[in-house]
Formats: sequence, structure tokens, C-alpha cells
Amino acid sequence: MTTTATPPKAGAASRPRRSVRQRIENRDGLMMSAPITIIVVAIIIIPILWTVVLSFQEARYSDVARNGLFNPFTFDNYIDTLTAPGFWSSIMTTVIYTVATTAGSIIVGFIAALALRDAFPGRGAIRAAMLLPYVAPVVAAAYVWTVILDPQYGVINAVGTRFLGWDEPINFLGSAPSALITVIVFEIWRYFPFAFMFFAAALTGLNREIEEAALVDGASPLQKFWYVILPQMLPVIALLSLLRLVMTFNKFDDIYLLTGGAADTQVAAVRVYDQLVGSGNIGAASANAVVLAIILAIGLLAYTRFTARQEAK
Amino acid sequence: MSSYQLQTRAISVGKWVVIALLVIAAVFPFYYMIVMSFVRIEDLLRNPLQLFPDLATITTETYRRVLAPEDEGGFGFSRFMRNSAIVATGATVLTMLLAIPASYAMTRLRFAGRRQVSALFLAVYMFPTIIIAVPIFVGFQVIGLGSSLPGLTIAYIALTVPVCVHMLRSYMQSIPEAIDEAAYMDGANRWQIMTRITVPLTMPTLMSTALFAFMIAWNEFLFALLFLTAKKDLWTVSLGLNLLSDGQEVPKTILMAGSVLLTVPIVALYAIAERYLTEGLTAGASKG
Repeated sequence: MTTTATPPKAGAASRPRRSVRQRIENRDGLMMSAPITIIVVAIIIIPILWTVVLSFQEARYSDVARNGLFNPFTFDNYIDTLTAPGFWSSIMTTVIYTVATTAGSIIVGFIAALALRDAFPGRGAIRAAMLLPYVAPVVAAAYVWTVILDPQYGVINAVGTRFLGWDEPINFLGSAPSALITVIVFEIWRYFPFAFMFFAAALTGLNREIEEAALVDGASPLQKFWYVILPQMLPVIALLSLLRLVMTFNKFDDIYLLTGGAADTQVAAVRVYDQLVGSGNIGAASANAVVLAIILAIGLLAYTRFTARQEAK
Repeated sequence: MSSYQLQTRAISVGKWVVIALLVIAAVFPFYYMIVMSFVRIEDLLRNPLQLFPDLATITTETYRRVLAPEDEGGFGFSRFMRNSAIVATGATVLTMLLAIPASYAMTRLRFAGRRQVSALFLAVYMFPTIIIAVPIFVGFQVIGLGSSLPGLTIAYIALTVPVCVHMLRSYMQSIPEAIDEAAYMDGANRWQIMTRITVPLTMPTLMSTALFAFMIAWNEFLFALLFLTAKKDLWTVSLGLNLLSDGQEVPKTILMAGSVLLTVPIVALYAIAERYLTEGLTAGASKG
């Protein structure tokens, strides 16, 4: 933004013209960005602020329809949220789910990008095929998985009981430890292509000469990876971790569709949904959502602090 | 064999194993979905292991039933697909109309509050759907937009706008500003410069951004679930598939046919725009 520096040589005559131009530019800029800003404020910013207001109210559907914003203020929702027995376990589940899927999808995506780095016939088609899980609608993807994993007619259990010697079919999505593992695997499957895209783009931007020089100097392929490629990918890993952590922490549809939050897979977002729709308790749902946002903000702050320190080293 | 050779050999073999496994993992569920959509439910229950079903037993009855309206014994997916198309198209058009001028202004024009507007979009990008879903849902109910397709369309803008602005902006930044300057000197105003010069130059990215917006809206589930559950006429395909799957009376193979119908339009669009889409989304990734 180096605009205001008027060259000292410019005479008095050119001055008013410049400022007129600047004024037009200012007006045009405001006009062009106003509609979207108004919409974003109306459907994102105001709703967020309203969530905060609602979280301090004893609000159910009928109250909100009748009184709008004017319900008495109370801290009850927060006290109830923080002391509810299910709350902390849902946070714990969310954290496990978020960290495991973020790490998993980044690692698998990185491996995929490395494997597909060198050109070969058919690479384009394979790349495109690999993005399918990310592109496909979540409902269709979740639905196929539930059919594939079904204890009665699912192909996985058919293979397992017939060829792998399983004593009985495994209820992947219905029983306690396996359900969480399955939804984590599902999420890694769905989002490794996203990481893959980012790594593939970053890898094509790398200067290969450095790697060749390292090989000439006697570095083994593993050393080349560890000391030459990996350090150059750290910014991408940091960016991806940030994006995926935020997105997964609030993930709703994947788990809702696969398990409905049963068998110890009730993540925080599903809990908010249950409060909202199941019991119609808008105030409690809002308070829960606000607490989530605060936890996420604290997590992000810690994360950026940590990465900043790493970079400083 | 030295460790160097060992590693080189292991990598050259392992690479193909990894590629094969990943391709199978990515493609198999979709292959299975298509196969199962052509199978009779009795055949599936009798033999769950038919990955290559007998051609003689294949049926298209599943598709007929899933698409047919309810009064003809079907599940009404034609209507659901029409609803999804209306909502996704509407959201895409609105998003582009809003995002193009804003992205242009943010990359080209110095105006009061430009920094703040840019920061706003970055912040909004980080806000989770479930948090804005509660008040949007409640608010739209209060103002009467709750259980309607226009309401859902407007709500989807909240999901599409941040990422679309991000994609458009990073591309517009790469177009030299000197072109604008020249047109300005020739007497064009901002609006003319944007519509006659920037938009044509940005066309490939515009198309892929629009397709991405369409994908987000077509694939969306949570808002549809909140807004439309009570109104069966207005269900989108995602919602129809989920709510029908809860009923025990709907055979799974018919739901696989529904899944195929939900997936095919998106995969077709994606096939057209794959390269641009990847470029648009990962723009700036290598810069960190």
C-alpha cells in the first residue's frame, strides 16, 4: 500500500486530479465490496453475535419467536453446559477425533503426493481418481460406508468371516471402541485428497537441483526426504494442520450420518445439534457452541504460538 | 547390498504398492456403490460378496423406483434432484455476483476499510458452520424464511462466499494491474474495466470457482437438515437420502441408486474443472 507518496516534483496542477481519482477509487471500492460485506455481516457476523446473546438466555423456540432478543439474562446455560456429564466426554472425543484425523489425513496425503511426484503415463487419471472421496457428497460417501461395513450384508464382514477367520461379524459403527476408530478412518479417507492437493502443488514448486546435489553428495533417499524435502514442506504442513484442525473440530455431518453420535462418538457439534433439535433448547445449544468457539480459539492461539516458536528456532 | 541401494529399491517397489492401495481405497467405495445400485436386495442379502454381479441378475428397477414420484410407488428423487439443482444454482449465481466485484475491489482499489474487509473474510473463513447454523436457523424461522428453498439458498451463501472470495482474489492478484491502468487512461470506468477486461481474463478461474460453490451447495447436509426436515416437498437429494435411510422399509440397494444420483452430477462437473479447481484451492500453498 504505497499509494499516498506523492512525488514532490508533481506540481500543484496535478494534485487535485490525483485526489479526484483517489476519491473515485475509494467510492468504487466501497460500492463494489459493500454488497458482500453487508451479506456476510447479516448472515455470519450477526448470527455469531446472536449466538452469544442467546447463550445468556433461557431460550426455547416459543420464547425466541415471541420475544426475539428480549429474554432475561442468565448464566444458567453456561453452568449447565460445563457441569453436564456428557459435555467433557464430548470434548475429549472431539479432541481425539480432530487430532487423529488431522494428522492421519496429512500423513496419507503427503505419502500420496510423494508417490505421485514423478510423471508417468496415467498419472493425471490417478490424481483425479484420488480426489473422489473429497469431491463426493458426504451423504453418499457415508451411506456407502455404512453398507460396506454392515454386519449383515456388508462386503467387509463377508470377507472377514469367510476368508479371514473372524468368528462373527464386527459391528464397526455400532460398538464402542470400533465406532470411533471407524469414523476416524472415514474422515482420513475423505480428507487425505485435500492434503494431497496442497502437497502436490507445493512439491511441483520445489527446486530439484538441491535434491540432486544432495544425492550427488551421497545422501540416501531417506536422508534426502528428511533433510531436504520435509523442511521445505513445513509451511504447507502448518497451513494444512490449521485448516483441518478448525474444520474437523466442528465437524457435524460425517459423524451424524455414520453413527448419529452413538457408541461413544458424540463429538461436540453433534451434541449441539441434539440440544437444538432433540430438546429444542436454543439457549443450551448456543452456550455449548460458544464454549466450543472459545476452546477452539484457545487451541488456535496455542498452536500459532507454538509454530511461531518453532520457526524462531 | 548397501543401505543406499536397499532404500532405492524399497522406494521404487513401495511407491507402486502405495499408489495401488490409495487408488483402491479412493475408488472402491464408488465402484461398490454403482454395483449395488443395480442389484436386487434379495440377491444382496443372499450373497453379500458379489463384487462382480451376474449380468443376468442386474436390474434398473432400483433407479425407476427411486426416481418415481411417491404416488407411483417411488421415492420422489426427481423432485429432490430438482430442489437440489435450484438451490445449488441459485447459491452459485448469487455468490458469484457478490464475490466478483468484491474480489476485484480488494485486489485493485484502495478504499477506506479495505484492510478491514479483507480481514473480515479471513476471519469468516475460520468460523465453523455449527456455530452460525443455530442462529441462522432460528432467525430465518422468525422472519419466515425458515422452511423454504430461498431461505436455504441464502444460508448457503454463508458457506460459499469465504472460499470463493479467497480463490478469486488470489487469481486476480496475478493479473498485471497495468492493464487496468491503460484502460482507465482510455476513459473506461471501473465497472467497464471489471466486466470487459478482468472478468474475461479471469474466466477459467471464475468457472472453477463457480463449480466449487455449486459443489458446496449441492453436497451440503446440515442446513438442509435444519431447514427442511418437516417439508418433504422441499427436500434436497442429500436430505432425502438420509431421511429415507432411517426408514426400514427402503431397501439398501435403492438407497445406493439414490447415492449414485447424488454423486454423478458432482463428479461430472468436477471432471470438467479438476485442474483449475486444484490450482484455485491451493493457490498460495507453496508460499506458505
